[in-house]
Amino acid sequence: MHPITTALLALLWLWVAAPAQASLQLQHWTQPSGARVWLAESPAIPMVDVQIDFDAGSRRDPAAQAGLAAASASMLSRGLRAAGTQAALDENQLAEAWTDLGASLVARSSLDRMSFLLRSLTYRDLLDASVRLAARQLGHPAFPADVWQRERERISAAYKEAGTRPGTIASRRFTRAVFGSHPYGAEATPETLERISVADMQTWHRNHLQACRARVSIVGAVTRAQADELVRTLLAQLPRDDGRGCAPLPAVAEVSPLSAPVEQIVPFESAQAHVLIGQPGFKRNDPDFFALTVGNHILGGGGFVSRLYGEVREKRGLSYSVYSFFAPGLHAGAFTVGLQTRPDQARQAVGVAREVLERFVADGPTEAELQAAKDNLIGGFALRIDSNAKLLDNISAIAWNDLPLDYLQTWTQQVARVSVADIRAAFARKLQPQRSVVVVVGATPS
Amino acid sequence: MKRISSTTRPANGLPLQPPRATALRGVAASAGRVCAAVLAALAAVAVASASATPPGAAPSTVAPGAVSGPASTAAAASQPVQFTLPNGLTVIVKPDRRAPTAVHMLWVRAGSIDEVDGTSGVAHVLEHMMFKGTRTLGVGEYSRRVSALGGRENAFTSRDYTGYFQQIPSAHLEEVMRLEADRFMHNQWADEEFRREIEVVKEERRLRTEDSPRALLYEQLNATTFIASPYRRPIVGWMNDLDAMTPEDVRDFYRRWYVPANAAVVVAGDVDPAEVRRLAEKHYGAIPARALPQRKPREELPQSGMRRIEFKWPAEQAYVALSFRTPRLSSFERTADNDDALALVVLAAVLDGHTGARLNRALEQGSDRVADSASAWAGLWARGPQTFGLAGIPAPGKTPEQLEAALRAEVARIARDGVSEAELNRVKTQWVASEVYKLDSVMNQARELGVFWSMGLPLDAGEQAIARLRAVTAEQVKSVAQRHFGDDQLTVGVLRPQPMEGKRRVRLPNAAAAAAAGSSAGVGATGTSAPARH
Repeated sequence: MHPITTALLALLWLWVAAPAQASLQLQHWTQPSGARVWLAESPAIPMVDVQIDFDAGSRRDPAAQAGLAAASASMLSRGLRAAGTQAALDENQLAEAWTDLGASLVARSSLDRMSFLLRSLTYRDLLDASVRLAARQLGHPAFPADVWQRERERISAAYKEAGTRPGTIASRRFTRAVFGSHPYGAEATPETLERISVADMQTWHRNHLQACRARVSIVGAVTRAQADELVRTLLAQLPRDDGRGCAPLPAVAEVSPLSAPVEQIVPFESAQAHVLIGQPGFKRNDPDFFALTVGNHILGGGGFVSRLYGEVREKRGLSYSVYSFFAPGLHAGAFTVGLQTRPDQARQAVGVAREVLERFVADGPTEAELQAAKDNLIGGFALRIDSNAKLLDNISAIAWNDLPLDYLQTWTQQVARVSVADIRAAFARKLQPQRSVVVVVGATPS
Repeated sequence: MKRISSTTRPANGLPLQPPRATALRGVAASAGRVCAAVLAALAAVAVASASATPPGAAPSTVAPGAVSGPASTAAAASQPVQFTLPNGLTVIVKPDRRAPTAVHMLWVRAGSIDEVDGTSGVAHVLEHMMFKGTRTLGVGEYSRRVSALGGRENAFTSRDYTGYFQQIPSAHLEEVMRLEADRFMHNQWADEEFRREIEVVKEERRLRTEDSPRALLYEQLNATTFIASPYRRPIVGWMNDLDAMTPEDVRDFYRRWYVPANAAVVVAGDVDPAEVRRLAEKHYGAIPARALPQRKPREELPQSGMRRIEFKWPAEQAYVALSFRTPRLSSFERTADNDDALALVVLAAVLDGHTGARLNRALEQGSDRVADSASAWAGLWARGPQTFGLAGIPAPGKTPEQLEAALRAEVARIARDGVSEAELNRVKTQWVASEVYKLDSVMNQARELGVFWSMGLPLDAGEQAIARLRAVTAEQVKSVAQRHFGDDQLTVGVLRPQPMEGKRRVRLPNAAAAAAAGSSAGVGATGTSAPARH
């Protein structure tokens, strides 16, 4: 038996009688490096989840090199340079090291954020080793050129394959039409990937991954003192900053509103037509956040009781999946209504969905609908935070969006305060249904 | 999977996939690391058992202790409890008091395996119709009531079972038990509701299968691997069977299989077993006992020769999938089949259990790599016959035949040279750690208990499986690699990409072609217009 396996087995029973609930009492502090830390202690299970967010998402990709953030994130797990007394590790040695610890470090990029997610058991020897390995990986990625060449080929081949699917075609068209030249609409293609070299990744790493820029969220069986030490170790090998607490990164332009409606009817022979309707939505720091969130729950976010579900699916059987959502970020992410239907029904389905949207924006919800939405959102609040993983999602959102530390405690009050008039006014401010992007791929041609 | 929650949909507009264990695709998700899911499923239940603890270990731990905030005095988790009501219905309770929420699930041991020719997909259609009313509730009312409680709900259908679940604040447990018992006993709807919902189910089939070449390939591979077993049919059903389905087909299936002795209620979370027992007796106890119909075994035929299918479809990338008939684990008795089924799980993990495992290293790396992706998985437990899968996407310039040979060569290498202790221990370490991580999700714990019940396995099947997997030796792994991977138990499916004509597909499935030939004009009046903005 492998020694670590034996150790794990020996330890498993210890947590059994541990007391229970994670604390909503969020702790927050700033380290001397400038790194900001948010912690919720959750002692019941001997594990910890750590999320480190940097302002290094794809919105900062140069236009000609769309995909740089995502490529850099994926290449961060492809091997480590030698550092100090520690020998280099190739991609397989690194993967084996993580597996042997029963731990993982996942890097991912979104429009706004570059995120690293460390998950480890909290038995001291294992946690220490996991944190040390993560620190090395954050600080000394090897970015091997031959591996990037291979990955680029794989991503490009998958990109072409995805382009044979009506859903992908619709989504690519929609994103471009909604965001125009804004980086939220940029797409990594084989051409942009061809322009990305490992030197670009090294520069990206040096300029964006610095301790003073890190926002670290932690949920798990660690105390504040342990968390503080853990974060120090984790960030210690990152590239040095300018010594002045990180100069601000260049501003990124805002998303422009649509100036005119866009309609794209794309011929494609498929079993279903894919329909996307929408426009730029709103920024996460918008004061209308709660009115828009509650409103969208009623319109198309609330699953099997939403207006879109009732009109498109329950009453007419037009689509299996029909929904609406906002995607607020540092900029105005897209508002999207989506459905898929038999090609000959596309015209009807688009008509129904647009009518539901227009009426909702014009009239808002009824009092009864609002009450039902509040019953679900407020009554079900506990379901949003009933595991470490869910709690971490919420805490990293607080960290990223500069939300108050009592955000979770006041969430239900904020929902309760929303009125029909608030929703109507907020939707009228944010949505112009007559000026939407409408993309339909695969409808029966007229 | 019945219905898709639209709250957390990814921005590409595709619906959230259902949990893998219950995915509609039956066999294996196309290119994913399915093996990991199989392994994770093993790691479920009670790590809590002290029986796995070597005595005298005095670990240095930073964990439990240092509590802040509200902490229950009860244990965070405890062993599941099981009992049977007088009408035959099974109840399983798994307390986990970390948060004031609970999961309530109703499992019925009826899935696509219980269907017959001509009505494929009926188990799944019934799952949809269960949301369409009872003697006392109208269409959509069930969902509105669960929503008003703050709840989230959905349902899923697999080959072996159908499940319904609600996640709720634990204070509302009784109300969802009342609603679910009512639905189980009194599901009722008008033919008109069926006519609308069957169209929704067809849209679901189009979304998941008909526009996905790999899903279509797997459907046909499956129909070739199995001849006598009902596993040959897709869970969602053939489109032609959906076209021909009647309301009475659905009601018949409901009356036949939705009897208390064929169902289990699983409750997990912030609950007390004695209280759950009282509520179960009150609400589910009223369901009249009925005899369970006889199940015909319909056992699969022995395979004695390789089968091979070709599937041509517009696509960019080829795909190859190999399906070997292998034994399943039917109990924890030490039989040759049970031992082999466990050793095959270890083999799959050594091949593809983590990044840097054998398939990744040998097939996906290097300047002359043969695959853009390669995966392996082992079926372990199920009500029907099991397979070991190997699959992948050829790298640019490589053929499906080259990849097929390379995949088999990796198994042959193990049959010849065996596996190292380091590899073996690595995958075992991963399982042991995942037993702890699993505990974070009450939902997953409830789901696994339901799966074990469906398979006729004990509640501690996860724990027993891990213990048995840890004991698998390198010699056993070598031995199963030698004995189960010959030509004669193999079925191969190859996706041959066909050219796209411009932006248009050149071929359509018959049903979709018929639909496309139907009435109606395109969408919108202006046709393709230039993107005018800014």
